Amino acid sequence: MLVNQFLILAAALFSLGVYGLLVRRNIVLILLSVELMLNAVNINLVAFESMIRSADATGQIFTIFIITVAAAEVGIGLAIVLMIFRNRRSADVSDLNLMRW
Amino acid sequence: MTWEIDYLALAPELVIVVTLLVVLALDLFLTRPNKYWTATAAVAGTALAAIPLVILAVEGENVSMFEGSYVVDEFALVLKGLFVVSAYLVLLLSHHYIESERFYQGEYYFLLLASVLGSLVMASARDLIILFIGLELTTGPLFLLAGWRKGDAKSNEASVKYFILGVLSTAILLWGMSMLYGLTGEITFAGLATATAGLADEPAMIVAVLFVIVGFAFKISAAPFHFWAPDTYEGAPTPVTAYLSVNSKAAGFVAFLLVMYLALPELSEIWAPALWILAAASMTLGNLSALRQSNIVRLLAYSSIAQAGFMLVPFAAAAVAGTNIEEGFSATVIYLVIYALMNVGAFATVIAGANRTATGDIDGWAGLGKIDARLGVLIGIFFFSLAGIPPLAGWFAKFAMFRAVILAGGTATVVLAVIAAVNAVIALYYYARVIKAVWLDDAPAEVPARAETPPSVSLRLALLISAALTIVIGFFPAIATFVGDASRIIAAGG
Repeated sequence: MLVNQFLILAAALFSLGVYGLLVRRNIVLILLSVELMLNAVNINLVAFESMIRSADATGQIFTIFIITVAAAEVGIGLAIVLMIFRNRRSADVSDLNLMRW
Repeated sequence: MTWEIDYLALAPELVIVVTLLVVLALDLFLTRPNKYWTATAAVAGTALAAIPLVILAVEGENVSMFEGSYVVDEFALVLKGLFVVSAYLVLLLSHHYIESERFYQGEYYFLLLASVLGSLVMASARDLIILFIGLELTTGPLFLLAGWRKGDAKSNEASVKYFILGVLSTAILLWGMSMLYGLTGEITFAGLATATAGLADEPAMIVAVLFVIVGFAFKISAAPFHFWAPDTYEGAPTPVTAYLSVNSKAAGFVAFLLVMYLALPELSEIWAPALWILAAASMTLGNLSALRQSNIVRLLAYSSIAQAGFMLVPFAAAAVAGTNIEEGFSATVIYLVIYALMNVGAFATVIAGANRTATGDIDGWAGLGKIDARLGVLIGIFFFSLAGIPPLAGWFAKFAMFRAVILAGGTATVVLAVIAAVNAVIALYYYARVIKAVWLDDAPAEVPARAETPPSVSLRLALLISAALTIVIGFFPAIATFVGDASRIIAAGG
């Protein structure tokens, strides 16, 4: 089975995620970009698994763990967004410039 | 396939799990004025977790579970001991700070203990999935803890920056791990070590290893991936900063070293130069930026970046030279252990000093030693120890570092040693600046001669323990050497 097209798709999604994370100013959109990157990794793992076909489906198990952790991470991220929004009525990261990067 | 679980070997983790559940339950039932019991439970539970660690260390048996994915050997025990002790000290620092500023207490201790649990898991992890879960469990709660001062704009900012960079680094790390899995079909370290042999020229493998390194470099805030650290450290509540710069950094380091040393030894020609660059850049950038800081927490943030560089030096040097990698590895672990103890102490003095002078500026601490001699002496102990002045523990960390570099030999190694030596001198300058302000400058008139609120018992205890450890290890470095020896007995599992 060809695995290349899946890897290219995953690489494209990952790059889109990195681009979105660097360019977007809204925290919610940044969260979405992060999800895009993590899901690119999932595609990678599942594609590799279909090629390797290991005895205990390691790649797919890894994917399930990543999906779970990503859900928890988005939960944390949204909590932070809510906190920021309550304090300053906006979810724009370019307002967060009290300290130099 | 066997799924036998050795409950004694898992006891430290289990004790922490029970403690964090107890803290959560207590938080539910206690009324507002009695919330401090959650802190008591957390401190007691963390102390209890040390008991099974001691029992396991005395038994000295290597336990390997889940087909070698989870290993309790001497290396894991040494680092778990470090994590438990530094978590205990951070809990002591937190106690009064969190109570006096009217934060939510129960959730704070729950999240902090969850993070401790993650670091304990990480010391035993011998496959990529468990390592990833441990890493996320360590950092996840810290995104929230960094923003614990909810109304404070700086704390909000700290939390957002840490979160964005944290998840970005996780994604990059996972991408690298998925490529490692795809190229080898293995996720256990032992399996990867054999399957990666001869793949060092594979372009996809080089990309995979570099992604893994970049992911970890963010986690340990090594330059040039360090820019989130000073802002997060400054904005977060000080006990959380202490935890970030000690436990979470040490946990990231442990994971980084484990992956390089156990899983990818065959690919050292890819990662050794990368580590060399990270070490040199972290030391230089960290120290040069620290020179210009006026805020004490920011100074310690840059100092911890520079110290991360020093920590990488022996391991990177040995890997570049290709000889005495065990020596380099144990020197890095010795440095890590000593750094953790003295840095917790330094942050304890920051909390005490900020409490006394109501400012975090170095100039605001002028004459502190004349008003409060005990605090002044403690500041002297920890900052001179960080600079590496004998007879305080820091000198032995630096000594072990340079010894491992000399053992490794080779031109690239000598260049790294020279960079490290120059940086050690630069570092002395800014550590000494703090001590000069405290002891030689005159106190401004508005600082009251007596403290309004004396430092709490728990803060004093934390200062006492870390100062005692810093001095004792400085006089008897055999303790730290023992740690290093134990770290050499490292089981790959599988």
